[in-house]
Amino acid sequence: MLLELVPRQNVSPVMRAVAPVAAFVTAFLIAGFVIWLLGRSPIAAFQVYVTGPLQDPWALQELLVKATPLALIAIGLSYCFRANLWNIGAEGQYVIGAIFGGWLALRTQGTEAGAWVLPAMMALGILGGALYGLIPAFLKTRFGVNEILTSLMLVYVAQLILDYLARGPWRDPKGFNFPQSVTFDPAATLPPILETGRVHYGAVFAVIAILLTAVIVGRTIFGYRLRLTGDAPRAARFAGFSLKSTTLAAFAISGGLAGLAGITEVSGQIGQLQPTISPGYGFTAITVAFLGRLNPLGILVASLVVALTFIGGENAQILLRLPLDLTQAFQGMLLLCVLAADALVTYRVRFAGRGARA
Amino acid sequence: MPSAASVRQPIVTLRGISKRYGELLANDGIDLTIEQGEVHALLGENGAGKSTLVKILYGVVEPSAGEIVWRGRPEVIDSPVTARRLGIGMVFQHFSLFDELTVAENIAVALSGKWSLADVRAKLRDVSESYGLALEPDRAVWTLSTGERQRIEIVRCLLQNPRLLILDEPTSVLTPQESERLFFTLDKLASEGVSILYISHKLEEVRRLCQRATILRAGRVVATVDPKAKSAREIAALMVGSEVGEVRSAPAETAQDTLLDIRDLTMGPASLHGKRLKGINLAVQAGEVVGIAGVAGNGQSELFAALSGERLASRADAITILGKACGNSGIDARRRIGGAFVPEERLGHAAAPTHRLSENTLVSHHANGSVTRLGFLTLGRARDLAASVIASFDVRAPDGDPQARKLSGGNLQKFVIGREMIREPKVLVVDQPTWGVDAGAARLIRQALVDLARKGSAVLVISQDLDELFEISDRMAVIHDGHLSATKPTRAWTREAIGLEMLGAAPGQGKTHAA
Repeated sequence: MLLELVPRQNVSPVMRAVAPVAAFVTAFLIAGFVIWLLGRSPIAAFQVYVTGPLQDPWALQELLVKATPLALIAIGLSYCFRANLWNIGAEGQYVIGAIFGGWLALRTQGTEAGAWVLPAMMALGILGGALYGLIPAFLKTRFGVNEILTSLMLVYVAQLILDYLARGPWRDPKGFNFPQSVTFDPAATLPPILETGRVHYGAVFAVIAILLTAVIVGRTIFGYRLRLTGDAPRAARFAGFSLKSTTLAAFAISGGLAGLAGITEVSGQIGQLQPTISPGYGFTAITVAFLGRLNPLGILVASLVVALTFIGGENAQILLRLPLDLTQAFQGMLLLCVLAADALVTYRVRFAGRGARA
Repeated sequence: MPSAASVRQPIVTLRGISKRYGELLANDGIDLTIEQGEVHALLGENGAGKSTLVKILYGVVEPSAGEIVWRGRPEVIDSPVTARRLGIGMVFQHFSLFDELTVAENIAVALSGKWSLADVRAKLRDVSESYGLALEPDRAVWTLSTGERQRIEIVRCLLQNPRLLILDEPTSVLTPQESERLFFTLDKLASEGVSILYISHKLEEVRRLCQRATILRAGRVVATVDPKAKSAREIAALMVGSEVGEVRSAPAETAQDTLLDIRDLTMGPASLHGKRLKGINLAVQAGEVVGIAGVAGNGQSELFAALSGERLASRADAITILGKACGNSGIDARRRIGGAFVPEERLGHAAAPTHRLSENTLVSHHANGSVTRLGFLTLGRARDLAASVIASFDVRAPDGDPQARKLSGGNLQKFVIGREMIREPKVLVVDQPTWGVDAGAARLIRQALVDLARKGSAVLVISQDLDELFEISDRMAVIHDGHLSATKPTRAWTREAIGLEMLGAAPGQGKTHAA
């Protein structure tokens, strides 16, 4: 028996809207089954993963803290993905952003540097991420190297650079040999929005980035250029848009926002540089971008939903002794389900019983 | 095989064949009988249902209703394998050949049953000789002309000893001389009792070749006629459903300013099997339509890309538009000077399939600021622009502002041509303006091209449709192997002279550009 995917004549807008929800439910059912196989109650797991965090004020704040880098990175990735450019290396751009901004924090450590430090750190974070994002873009436009491979491999390079810095030259001399830098001065620390809260100003950056992107993609020539490049590359060239500059711009923006996510996380959340500064935000943001259908508002919602799985995963580890890897497996499953749901909205499945078909 | 003179028996009878694609009824209760040894034409505009019908007959598409009686027995043709087993062969418009393999290898690959390469060579020689299908067994396919490639497809079918051979617009890619050789082959096959179903929208060749013609319109059979007994005009009227007018073309006036000047344009190929442009010279003046004829793949797309600025020449003065040398500036710069361009491919090149028509105006209008302000899109103005293109070029769109892919070929072509025309460009370059477009739309487009020239613009038309070029051009040239012939007034060209140039066999042409 053969399965065929036949394009649908008309794609119903209702199905298109329901698809991400259906994907989420399917992913939950599969995860529930896996948890049942592990000998735990899927219902208890659902409570720990979803309903628990939503009823706990501390966890709700944590939700926003985790959603912030996801939203920032995902909104940046949407620039690349819209233009059919596959930046898989946001994790690396995030790390380099943290290193660039973190450098200034360490340089001004203990000095009387003023209020300029924090904005300058943010700017350096954006710069670092953008430059790092431009490497695969340059390799693609200059030598035709596949950007999926280069951007992905550069993630490991970035992580090793950070590892080296945190263990070597930037290690806190009074830190009992722990591989971490000194704690940033208050002048280099991104403050919380509410004095008593944990949600820092990175959340504001994320909302601004989402609003700006909504305007840029929908209403400007540059946004049109990205969409046309993604939807009909020959028409984009016919419109006079060079693929080269589109590629460079999309990667620079995407990398810049990932870099901003990296420096806000380090400066507002962690407070110092250490070998690991991300539980895989850069990769999970790919899921967020697609779960949100590359739509700015959708990405905002998707970042909150996916952030929930991070918190739920931590809780499940403590309360149910489920491995943290399960969370990553769930996030991967979610991405597969989202892509499958998308495919089923645009195509219908036909069972072709007969063997030979030309 | 019985001789053609004996009493004719139907080889295949189609009864009430229908095919529904969602809302669209592509075939609506079609009855068709093909007799043994006859050449039967299937005529109709694009979208009339010809392709669907032959795909049903060849087992590629499953009918929603109806039955097929093959040599007196009802049959279910559920795959091309079944069709070939019954004795039905088909030559598609788009060839399925492996470019890197040789002729003999390509044929052996497609044969069912045990054939050694030596058998294929021997058989190939037989078939080539008896039907005038000259082919060298050991040549690699990528070195062959389109006509030769088509012969491979035909030979592939003939080696299976078909009783019915289906050809889908076979001459659309051939020169007049190559077409004439194809007709000879088909006549010979028919005289041996093979039935031929011949799909075309070229009336003259149908009249030359076919005993009967079935005309389809909107999925239904409107008439089955003897094409020799009807005038081309009458048949066209049946196809279109109304009288087809002729394009009015006033004679060009005396010498005018040169608006588009191409000087010694040389450019390497863009792809592995692409063509090199070899020192092309051409001047197009205000008020005239210049036509460039040629068989597909002789440098037309390269020439279009060089003129539009999608590929840049090394010298600025290779191309001059309205007195400004712009050979090395991009397409937007050329649009701002006053140039406009319509490429061959409607979907994907001229227009983005999933974008609405209003957004598709941006493709060529964003450069001159009519639908943008300070880097922002003015979508209201884009919608107005799309609406006026739709109104002035009779674009029949499903709703106010549909996605480009929802339009039929003819309507989308009217839209992409209208999108450029509405700016009244001083220089317009069009590649295949009416390719695969219905007769009504083709006439409207040709009239618009001529009208634009009469208003004082320079219009350059690249086309593989000779009838079209003879109808609208004031002067014509032929492109062959990246080389452009001399440009002569249309009345100074004969079809034979054009055909020789298309083959690169014109006197005095031969050796000069072979080097």
